[in-house]
Order: sequence, then structure tokens, then C-alpha cells
Amino acid sequence: MSYLDYTLGEPVADTAAPAGPIEQRWQQRRFEAKLVNPANRRKHTVIVVGTGLAGGAAGATLAEQGYHVVQFCFQDSPRRAHSIAAQGGINAAKNYRNDGDSVRRLFYDTVKGGDFRARESNVHRLAEVSVEIIDQCVAQGVPFAREYGGLLDTRSFGGVQVSRTFYARGQTGQQLLLGAYQALSRQIAAGNVEMHPRTEMLDLLVVDGRARGIVARDLVTGEIRSYTADAVVLATGGYGNVFYLSTNAKNSNATAIWRAHRRGALFANPCFTQIHPTCIPRSGDHQSKLTLMSESLRNDGRIWVPKAKGDTRPPARIPEDERDYYLERIYPAFGNLVPRDIASRAAKVVCDEGRGVGPGGQGVYLDFADAIARLGRDAVEAKYGNLFEMYERITAEDPYTVPMRIYPAIHYTMGGLWVDYDLQTTIPGLFAIGEANFSDHGANRLGASALMQGLADGYFVLPPTLNDYLGRTKLDAVPADHPELTAVEAESADRLNLILAVDGDRTPDSFHRELGELLWEECGMAREEAGLRRALARIPEIREEFWRRIKVPGTGEELNQALEKANRLVDYFELAELMCLDALHRAESCGGHFRTESATPDGEAARRDEEFGYAAAWEFTGTGTAPVLHKEDLVFEHVHPTQRSYA
Amino acid sequence: MVMASATRTNRTTRTPAPGRHPSSLASLWRSSVGKKAVMAVSGLVMLAYLVAHMLGNLKVFSGPDDINGYAHWLRTLGQPFLHYGWFLWLARLVLLAAVLAHGTAAYQLSRRDLKARPVKYVHQRQRATYATRTMRWGGVILGLFIVWHILDLTTLTVNPAAEEGHPYQNIVASFSTWYSGGIYCLAMLALGLHVRHGFWSAAQTLGANNPRRDRGLKLAANGLALLLTAGFLSVPVAVMAGLVR
Amino acid sequence: MNLTLRIWRQQGPETPGEMTEYRVSGISEDMSFLEMLDTLNEELILRGERPVAFDHDCREGICGACGMVINGQAHGPERTTTCQLHMRHFDDGDTIDVEPWRAGAFPVVRDLMVDRSALDRIIGSGGYVTAPTGSAPEAHATPVPKEAADLAFEHAECIGCGACVAACPNGSAMLFTAAKVVHLNVLPQGAPERASRVRNMVETMDAEGFGGCTNTGECATACPKGIPLTGIARLNREFLRS
Ligand SMILES: Cc1cc2nc3c(=O)[nH]c(=O)nc-3n(C[C@H](O)[C@H](O)[C@H](O)COP(=O)(O)OP(=O)(O)OC[C@H]3O[C@@H](n4cnc5c(N)ncnc54)[C@H](O)[C@@H]3O)c2cc1C
Ligand code: HEM
Ligand code: SF4
Ligand code: FES
Repeated sequence: MSYLDYTLGEPVADTAAPAGPIEQRWQQRRFEAKLVNPANRRKHTVIVVGTGLAGGAAGATLAEQGYHVVQFCFQDSPRRAHSIAAQGGINAAKNYRNDGDSVRRLFYDTVKGGDFRARESNVHRLAEVSVEIIDQCVAQGVPFAREYGGLLDTRSFGGVQVSRTFYARGQTGQQLLLGAYQALSRQIAAGNVEMHPRTEMLDLLVVDGRARGIVARDLVTGEIRSYTADAVVLATGGYGNVFYLSTNAKNSNATAIWRAHRRGALFANPCFTQIHPTCIPRSGDHQSKLTLMSESLRNDGRIWVPKAKGDTRPPARIPEDERDYYLERIYPAFGNLVPRDIASRAAKVVCDEGRGVGPGGQGVYLDFADAIARLGRDAVEAKYGNLFEMYERITAEDPYTVPMRIYPAIHYTMGGLWVDYDLQTTIPGLFAIGEANFSDHGANRLGASALMQGLADGYFVLPPTLNDYLGRTKLDAVPADHPELTAVEAESADRLNLILAVDGDRTPDSFHRELGELLWEECGMAREEAGLRRALARIPEIREEFWRRIKVPGTGEELNQALEKANRLVDYFELAELMCLDALHRAESCGGHFRTESATPDGEAARRDEEFGYAAAWEFTGTGTAPVLHKEDLVFEHVHPTQRSYA
Repeated sequence: MVMASATRTNRTTRTPAPGRHPSSLASLWRSSVGKKAVMAVSGLVMLAYLVAHMLGNLKVFSGPDDINGYAHWLRTLGQPFLHYGWFLWLARLVLLAAVLAHGTAAYQLSRRDLKARPVKYVHQRQRATYATRTMRWGGVILGLFIVWHILDLTTLTVNPAAEEGHPYQNIVASFSTWYSGGIYCLAMLALGLHVRHGFWSAAQTLGANNPRRDRGLKLAANGLALLLTAGFLSVPVAVMAGLVR
Repeated sequence: MNLTLRIWRQQGPETPGEMTEYRVSGISEDMSFLEMLDTLNEELILRGERPVAFDHDCREGICGACGMVINGQAHGPERTTTCQLHMRHFDDGDTIDVEPWRAGAFPVVRDLMVDRSALDRIIGSGGYVTAPTGSAPEAHATPVPKEAADLAFEHAECIGCGACVAACPNGSAMLFTAAKVVHLNVLPQGAPERASRVRNMVETMDAEGFGGCTNTGECATACPKGIPLTGIARLNREFLRS
């Protein structure tokens, strides 16, 4: 039986959300939740993997409430989690501008923005909680941008009509994360959080059907050991790095969620990945990652390519009438401001036509000449000075005189572990928060909503639902010599030893690059049945080659960064396969998932709600063997599905 | 050397409970920042003294009577409230305290600083350590000089003239020897460099600096250093040039 | 371009290290310094040698993970992080010395990787506002004058890379500590813990074995985020007034 012959399993459904009016569900859920006596909380150990916005916030909050938290991250300090890199801002329905914003509108925008593939009750709660996040962060001393009167400033972001995005210059993620990190640091110093930096989770421990701990490797000594707990929270971020080149931090990886998936947690909507249109194009094969340039640049920059194929003249020598301002031409109403996915696909189309610019023809111009002529150089500098500087540092080109070159890049993954309203996965006692879960963004995430979700999950949603789980569940301690522990430890060690034993002739990066290029080609901005089938045929071949030719010097009992990379790759192969299968099975276009076969006559994405109005939750059955699909039907009582149109 | 395990065993340092600290001089002295403040204050006390001292020295140019009279006046200052010579002794006491505090702090801090970089860079850049090196060496030179200076012109132990109560004659006699003049000149150059960094540094240490004042303070430090060096140097130079005899 | 690299290789904190020479060729000037090291590491792996270990993650200049001393300068010749330093700032045929951050408080983990957890402990001893989740008042309840907000932000930009410690001839962490003290102490939210924060953080800083400040300004020159030297003056003021 081939991998492609997946079977249909029982549907999954969220049973945690209370019935009743959507506005009251969260309140109701919190009221119904069981509480743990504060005096007893110290006796409960909770493992939190990850220290990004979601994990940092959760760890600090759970420790404040009295739980004994054992926390992990692979960086040398919890402060360096990938969330630190977020630039633009964080949404909240504060309506400080009195511009008609409300919880209801944020809810509505998020469901619609997600192209009707998210669960309404979760999204509504997210919108409700968004308001508290800003209060919390301000109290922590997060230096949000302010106006002269001393009140918080907001801006509009990501194509919504209200100004609800709070920001701290271009470093919102950094400032929010430092707020969470500082709260976490306080708990570490107080002894309430046992922090394990430079430690990577390799597997999940499931005992008697419940998540009871993890197996992790000390990245400095190489020691592999078990950590047990009463519940496990995964806050390990997204899996965009499966593409090798992405805007994610280099070490972000999918191992934690993938291992949990292998142990029984369903993985939902893996093919829902987001591509960001304004990244700096790659400059050569040595490229190790891609850098995002804030989307706000599209407010004043004009995007164009030469009309003629293979035109290699410098941009200044291409006359106006030989330029194609293709977004303005195709989408006269929205022009350069069309949503991320549309802008990205359009760039791919013109580059595929051979009209791309820069090295390898993988780029389009983002030109500020008109803006500078209209507003003056000073005004442009005031608005975008730091971005121009960053661009110049990387490319050595001055965007004031030469148009910028941009190209889309993988940026965010909406898919992730399937969770219910309580953020619990299908393994009892295993929770997934932040980008690691699939919960709130459907098929497409709105700008400035990931930070909101991470903090909502960590500060406000998880703590009460975890309380409920611990309050309801009678758990005996897992003995240190429990056979499951030794078995999983041995399995993890074996896997590393197998990699080391190959002693082949290819580096981990060379495999990663190959896999990434394949995925980008066949499962990137536009997907097609034939391409997906090609990829599904090719991935097992690469995997097989990996096990013949991988080379990792050194041993497992020491710091070994090449081994870390190779180990993550093993999971990427399987994840990539599932992504392609998910993309293949979802024969519709929606959000970030564009199937060329499912387009409107004018080439736009066409959703097929009757057939695909569900979240696809996959069950693992073995490496290379067909998974089982469990569908969660999505019901829209409040926001009625409509087809997007930007023409 | 910190153990390898330090990476992961979360050496938890004692987190002092908020507000537990007695705000005493002892705790000030214990912390590196407090000790540095002691240094800055004692340095500024010495600096103030040196400015007065330098102005007094310039009286050499108006002849033996003037400066000898000035030396006498210093001893009668504060009378009748203080006895003859008490003011001078008081001043000496304060200065001694300042020198001791300054020197001890300098020694202790420098030791701590050197320990904080146990392995040096293979690729050294001289510029990086310039200020610190000149401060430390300059400080040592100044310290030695102070001893010499006292033996020379206060206790007159090494002075060729050694006429008690007649500083003018002692000064001229001292600076007429090449080594004494040389030592003096070298020390004054060291002083200039020390004050040049020290004055601005003291403002920084005492928290008086801010982005608006920074330039002004640096200018003032340079001016002060120049003034002190020139003022102090004028005397031996004049003696050696035969202008004052 | 072709380069000669002299890189500090050290297996672990207790083993002695030494500068080892490598030659790399075909380096593009568009590469970042880390991509240049990636190239070297790919070759080393294929030769069966251990690649050079170094910390890195975001490669965008914001996480603070990367950092090495390049020709005696923390983060190299440009005022940026190592990951944002590009090879066009070097010349064909150059010999480049690469060393780890050197400070007693930063023991070498391996090669160019050091243990900076002392910085985390400084934060843990006071670099926060005690505001347990859920206890926050409405965000607009306390307006913050724009100057205070801007000043706080300027100092909050610190990425905790440790270049200031590496550049300081005394291995002092004053700039790092000042950045957090000033960020929180100028905000009304940070005011209640103003005195204890600065005292505890300075005490931890001393206890971790960092050197004292001699106001050489090397830290601020090396700081990729432009944390100003005057921040240290503010720290001192906060300390003395506590
Ligand atoms: C360049 C860029 C800009 C962005 N800008 C914005 C924006 O403006 N607004 C917005 O809302 N969103 C933005 N996003 C998205 C947003 O930053 C992320 O979705 C969000 O920060 C994810 O947070 P997280 O807590 O889920 O995970 P992360 O921050 O990725 O944290 C993951 C944590 O898990 C740990 N971890 C992972 N795997 C393991 C393992 N196996 N073992 C141990 N630990 C592990 C890591 O050490 C880390 O601490 C941006 C993303 C990028 C890439
Ligand atoms: C006993 C002899 C002296 C020694 C050993 C000495 C040594 C030092 C040292 C090591 C420093 C710190 C340097 C640094 O921060 O880089 C210093 C600072 C200073 N010294 Fe001296 N010094 C001496 C005499 C003097 C004198 C005579 C003066 C008066 C002009 C003076 C004024 C200062 C000042 C103002 C500072 C700055 C303090 C600060 O940085 O906050 N010192 N000294
Ligand atoms: S102050 Fe500057 S150099 Fe020091 S840790 Fe912060 S960002 Fe790095
Ligand atoms: S790798 Fe993140 S700052 Fe350099």
C-alpha cells in the first residue's frame, strides 16, 4: 500500500467548548473548569517545551500560580526564542481609536482572513483575550510606541480597516518576548521554574495513554534522559524551516511536534503555510536564511518587473513604458496592497515567465522613486529609514537610488498539532500552544495575529484549562525505572547512533537544501497535482539516500551541531511527505494553499466549502505508510463564508 | 575556572529579597559601582585640592616673599577658631584619607578587572585598553610621586636646600637638579592624562552625565587637565630655564 | 575571495584551546560572516573533522545568539552583529582571527561558543516588573510621557549578546545591566521596584565575576544596538540614589 492511499478515520470534534452563545463560552469554560487547591499545586510538575511568546508566557504564569515548572529551550537562553524576530506588531481589539473596532470585528476579520478554515469558538476567545494581553504587557514595562499625550499608539496592519495593531518600532516581538522572559526569569530565580537551556526535546513519553514527560538531549554533553511530569505543554513554534530557506530562525524545527505526532497526536492542516511577499531575495547558493522586510513597505513602494523577458539592463535604464507594474495592472482596486498570498503568487508568475530581476531572476523591484519624488527623501527616510538601512547592509545597494529587490519566502505555518478548545491534543495531558498548534488562523494568518495568539495561549488560555486537567485527573508518579522511559531513551539514542554510523559523503545541510528546494518548487506558493505527486515520489528517495550518505563527524556524547541538524532532518522528511499529501488531498484553494486546478476564471483562489469545509487532522501510522485522515467539520454560525475578491 | 556543568546546572545565585539591603557605606564599598563612586569622590577631592595647590604654586612667579607668606597663611587659616597649623593638618588628613581610599579602591577594582578577563585575546587591539592602562600606570606614577613629593618638599628629607619655612628656596633648589625636575615633569604629564579621563569618568560614575552634557564634560575634562598640567609645569620649567632663581 | 582564517578551537571548558589555521576559497562578498563559516564547516564535515561550533539562530541581528571576536573586535569591524556582517568588508587574501568572547564570567563551551547564562541571572535578580498574569490594570490607566517611553525603548533594544563584556578590557557587564535598569526604572511601571532592582542586579553582576567599569567606552562602541554609554551613568545614579 502506497503512502498516498490514506484512509478515512473517525471524525474528530472539539468537545471542550461549552455550547451556548459564542460570547459566553470562554467565561463558561473557565467557570466549569476544575480548580487545583493552591496548596497542592507545588506537587504538580508541568513540563513546558519552548520559551517563545507562548512558552515563556505559560511558564511564567503557571509558576506564578504555584506549579512546579520544568522548562526547555534549545538556545543558550530563553530570551532568544524565535518570537524575538517578529517585527510588525500585535493586534488587540482595544478600540482606542474609536474607529469601530470591537471583539466581534477582530473575530470576524480573523475567521474571514483565515479563509473559513478556523474554528469559530477558538477565534472568538482569541479576540476577547487580546484586550487583556496589552494590559499585561504594559504592566510588565513593555515599551510600546506612544503618542505625545503618553497614550499608546496603534497602526493599521495587514489590510484591515481598523487601527488595532500595537507596536514597538520594528521590534514588537523582541519587546513582548523580553517581557515574558523577564517574568519567567523572575520565576527561575525564585526556584519555581527549573530551566534547561541548550536542551532539545527528542521524544514524548506516553504512559498509560497520557503524556507524562519527555526525553531530551543536553546539547552540551550529549546526555539523553527522561523528564517526567503530570502534563506536557509544547510551545515549540512553527515548522517553516522544513523549506530550508525561510524567515524562521535557523534552529527552529519540527522535532517536538513531529515526535508527539508519532506518539499519537493528530497533526492538522500541515499544508497550510504562509508565504510573505516582501523578503530580500537570495544572493546565491550559500544563502542560509531569508530576511523579512516589513510589509508596510508596500504602502509606498511600487512593484514592477521589465516587460521583456531576460531584460538585464539596470533598472534606471529601463524606460517607464517598458516596465510592468503588474499588481497595479491586474488588481487596479488594491494595487500594491493586495493580500500576502496574492502578491506572492503574482511575483512567482512573473519570475516563472522569465521576467524576474537580480541573481537567478528570482526577484521583483519594489521601487520608491515615485514616493521620494512625491513625499521627499526625508519623509521616506522617516518612515522606512531603518528598513532601508537593513536592506543596504545585506545587499550593499542603496534603496534610495536603486529599487529594492524582493521575493516571497516562507514565513509562518498555520498547520500544527490538532487541539481542542482547551488546547489539548488528542493525547490526554499533552497541550500545544502558539504556532505549534493549528488552532486559530485557519488557512491564512493575518498580520500581527501570531504574537496575539502566542500570548493569549500562554498567559490566559492554557493556565485555566491545564488547571482543569490536573484537577480532574488522578495521576500516580511515574517511577524512574518505568520501562517506557528506558525504551524511549534507548530509541532516541539509537537514532542518533544510526546517523553517526552511516559515515557517508553528504552533509546535513546539503540534504536539507535539496528537500527545501523540492518543497518550495512543488508545495510552495502554488501547488498542482502532478507536482505534488512528483514530490511524494521524490521525498522517500531523498530519505533513503540520507540513510546511505549522511556524514556527521564526532560522537553523540558531546556538543555536535551537525548531529542536531541531521536528527531534525529525519523528522522533516516525514513532515514534508505529510505536507505534500495534505496539499494533494485538499483539491481546493484556500488561504495560503493555492491549488492551480482550483482557480476562478480570472486566476484567483477558489474555495470549495462543501467538499473541504473541514480541518484535516492526520494520524501517524509509520514512516512511509499511509496515514489516517480524521476530519473536523467546521461550522460557521457567526461569520458566513464568502469568496474573497480583490480585483 | 567555572566548571563545565555551569552551563546547565542553573547555578542559582542568591536573589536578595527586595529592600533587604541596609543602605550603608559598607555595602557601598562592597559593590563595584559603590567602590567606583568612592574613587570618584576621593579623586574629585584631590582634584579640588590640586587646583588650589596649582594656583598657590603660581605665586612662585611673584617672588619668595609672596609664596613664603602664602605658606605661612595656610597655617594660620581658620584662626582663631583653629590653632596654628591645624587647618593644614586637617587638609592633610582629608587628603590622606582621599589618597588611601582612592588607592585602595583602585587596587581592588583593578584586581577584580584583571581577574574578569583571565584569558587574553590572541589578537590584541591596543586602542581598546588605552584609557584603562594610562589610568592604572598614571595612578601608580602619581602615587609614587606623592611619596617623593612629600619627602622632597614637606619633610624635606631629600631636598637639597631643606630650609624649613622657606618653600621658595626649597622649590628652586629641588628643581635645579635634573632628576627632581624630571620626576616632577613626568608626574605632571601623568596627572594631565589622569585628570583628562578621570574628571569625565567621575561625572559618569556619579551619574551626572547624560547625552546633553557629555560633550561639555569631555571638554571641561580636557580643559582642566591642560590647565593643571600647564600650571604645575610652569614652575619647574621656569626654574630650569633660569627664569625663577 | 580566498581567505586565511585563524580560529580558536577548544573542545570544552576544561581543555586548552589554540588558534588553528584554515583556508577557505570561493567566498562571495554577499555572504554573511556566518555563511562563510558555514562554508568552512561543510568542508570540515566532508573531511571528517569536527565543524567549528558557534552560537547563532535568527541571523537577522535580533536574537543575540551570535557573536565572536573578529580581528580583536567584538562582532567585527562593522557596528552590527556577526550574523549581519558581510564578507564585502574584507579583502581577498585577508587573514582573519576569530576568537570567542573572553571573560571569566563566560566560560567557553566549545570553540566560539560561550556560556552567557550569567546575563540571565542578572535579569533574574531584578530585571523585571513584578506583575503576575491577570493583575494588570487597564493599559491606559497610566500614561507614559513620550520622552520616558522613548528613553526606555532605546535601552530596551539590548539583545543580550554580550559583545559589551567581550569588548570591555575589564570584562564588565555594566552596559548590559544598565540597559535593563534604565529601561525599567524610567517607566512608571518600574518605579515601585526601582531601588531594589538596581541594587540586586549590581550585586548579582558582581557575584558573577564581571569586572568593574572604568568608563573606557569600548562596550558602547561594540554594541550592535547602540545602547548609549550614558546609560551607565544613569545606572550609577540609580544605584547611588537607592
Ligand atoms: C521574521 C518574522 C516576523 C514576524 N512578525 C510577526 C509580527 O509582526 N506579528 C505577528 O503577530 N507575528 C509575526 N511573526 C510570527 C510570530 O513571530 C511567530 O509565529 C511566534 O513568535 C511563534 O511563537 P511561539 O512561542 O509559538 O514559538 P517560538 O517563538 O518559535 O518559540 C519556540 C520555542 O521552542 C523551543 N523549541 C523548539 N523545539 C524544541 C525542542 N525540540 N526542544 C526544546 N525546545 C524547543 C525553542 O527553543 C523556542 O524557545 C513573525 C515571524 C517571523 C519569522
Ligand atoms: C595615589 C595615586 C593615585 C592612584 C593609584 C590612582 C589610580 C586611579 C585609578 C586606577 C583610577 C581608575 C581609572 C579608571 O577608571 O580607568 C583612577 C580614577 C580617578 N582618579 Fe586617580 N589615582 C591616583 C591619584 C589621583 C589624583 C592625585 C587625582 C586628582 C587629580 C586623581 C583623580 C582621579 C579621578 C577624578 C578619577 C576618576 C574616578 C572615576 O572614574 O569615577 N587620582 N585613579
Ligand atoms: S548592551 Fe549591547 S553589546 Fe551589551 S549585550 Fe546588550 S546589545 Fe549586546
Ligand atoms: S544570529 Fe541572532 S543576532 Fe546574530
